[in-house]
Amino acid sequence: MKILTEHIDVPNIETIDVFMKHGGYQAVTKALKNMSPDEVTEEVKKSGLRGRGGAGFPVGMKWSFLAKPEGVPRYLVCNADESEPGTFKDHYLMAKSPHTLIEGMIVSSFALGANTSYIYVRGELMYVIHILEKAIQEAYDKGFLGKNILGSGYDLDLYVQPGGGAYICGEETALLESLEGKRGNPRNKPPFPAVKGLWQCPTVVNNVESISATSWIVNNGGDAYAAIGEGRSTGTKLISVSGHVKKPGVYEIPLGITVEDFIFSEEWCGGIRDGHKLKAVIAGGSSVPILPAELILTTANGEKRRMTYESLSDGGFATGTMLGSGGFIVMDETTCIVHNTLTFASFYHHESCGQCSPCREGTGWMDKVLHRIESGEGRKEDVDLLVDVAKKIEGNTICPLGDAASWPVAAAIRHFRDEFEWHIEHPELATKPGAVYMRPGASWSN
Amino acid sequence: MEAKTQVAFPAETLELVKRIIARYPEGKQKSALLPILHLAQAEWRWCSPEVMDYVASLLNIQPVEVYEVATFYTMFHLEPVGEHVIEYCRTGPCCLMGGVEVYDHLKKRLGIETGETTADGKFTIKEVECLAACGWGPVFQIREKYYMHLTKEKVDQIIDELGK
Repeated sequence: MKILTEHIDVPNIETIDVFMKHGGYQAVTKALKNMSPDEVTEEVKKSGLRGRGGAGFPVGMKWSFLAKPEGVPRYLVCNADESEPGTFKDHYLMAKSPHTLIEGMIVSSFALGANTSYIYVRGELMYVIHILEKAIQEAYDKGFLGKNILGSGYDLDLYVQPGGGAYICGEETALLESLEGKRGNPRNKPPFPAVKGLWQCPTVVNNVESISATSWIVNNGGDAYAAIGEGRSTGTKLISVSGHVKKPGVYEIPLGITVEDFIFSEEWCGGIRDGHKLKAVIAGGSSVPILPAELILTTANGEKRRMTYESLSDGGFATGTMLGSGGFIVMDETTCIVHNTLTFASFYHHESCGQCSPCREGTGWMDKVLHRIESGEGRKEDVDLLVDVAKKIEGNTICPLGDAASWPVAAAIRHFRDEFEWHIEHPELATKPGAVYMRPGASWSN
Repeated sequence: MEAKTQVAFPAETLELVKRIIARYPEGKQKSALLPILHLAQAEWRWCSPEVMDYVASLLNIQPVEVYEVATFYTMFHLEPVGEHVIEYCRTGPCCLMGGVEVYDHLKKRLGIETGETTADGKFTIKEVECLAACGWGPVFQIREKYYMHLTKEKVDQIIDELGK
């Protein structure tokens, strides 16, 4: 079952004519001619679609919070700042099929009563911005954007905004600050963007994948979408796979397949690269807890873990993780968990906006201490020190970057403490090029 | 605020600047700052104080409003750079795919470290965070182009081609 990527490999699908030949823009016609904005919102609510940027908050509910004072413009802003390490699904979708997002933007803007909408794309993806701008021009030329779209009386202008290279701008209030031409410092909430967002006007910020799914929901109905998937994890999800599998890339999966099937079957990742064994997975982008092979495949209760919001988080952080953005990073037995954790700690240190002391200072401390351990100068007390610093960042910052920075370090130590200790106790072994600790008896050990 | 410099966009780019400012409501022209800084960097390679002052004058904002933004976002070069700026991704997934070895080779090949420019002014190397291309790593970017699935051999080819 493919909703977003069914036609993604059709030659020239990035052009509006080919896109329309494959059913494109039917949702715009249907929504604007036959439905009211509230009816569109109602279908999205029924679909159970959850925010695909990582938080998993129900999209229809987020829309229903939008304040609608008379005479004040409302905005829809698409979050295409995709910067969470391991995540490259929006990049793939926008580059290959830009009209999928544009069609979703029109339908969603109509539902929200927005007459101007923006797609905020990370600045590094300038080539994708050019692709989107070309596609938007085509949509204007066909009358799907601009004044009085398809004679419905509804007006919409759509623009693309580049970022400047800052992970923090994926946080919705930082994104809005950035779109206002400022530093990307997250805002205190409340007020939430639904009440005071872009230029203090009511604003909805949604991820690329969430918005793109709305046209299918308009065409087929919310119930049809909710029929795919499992429980509260409805529909399909784009999973971007990196690391040591045979076939890295972006896959659209129906939520509910088993993790084992996803990693090992030929239909998806094709298994671990030749001759190697699965050691660990980060299932939802670098900020979610890493799990060792046995816990990513099977929950603590002995059930097969499935690709859903609920199953991946089964066991809480003690034995579970999160679906997050769907950035699925697979590691085989050649991976040094300490080094891998260090790269992420450096990332969050670099990307902290510096506004809140626990995050600004704490990410620096974790980076520094991990660097010390990795380079063979770790001290006995360093592992507990890392846990302590992570704990003191978590929950003590304006935005979730603090949590995102502390979780990967805390989880790596939770599940691979022996590997950190080995680095500290045996620096002469650990600092040899390519050295990796092998846990005696582990499924990935030789 | 009057522009105190000779820095100026060509007429065609100035037209584009006008169109960008028109994307936002009246009085919200500051929103055009990031798009225009990108245009400025494409024109002058880096954001010198003169360039930033010029951008401020175009948007009718204070120079400090440009400085605080340009220093926040890592894509903007605040020092002179070479003709080709190679920005390699040093984050986890690219490292898993052998990124460290490939980037070491790149530095050795050019004889410079991260943050430096070759003596002939051709290349600058910069280390950046995740470029959202993790499944196609190791990755680096030169201006708008992504170079993916990098190997030492591929790096040599790219340098040979651009170094001509």
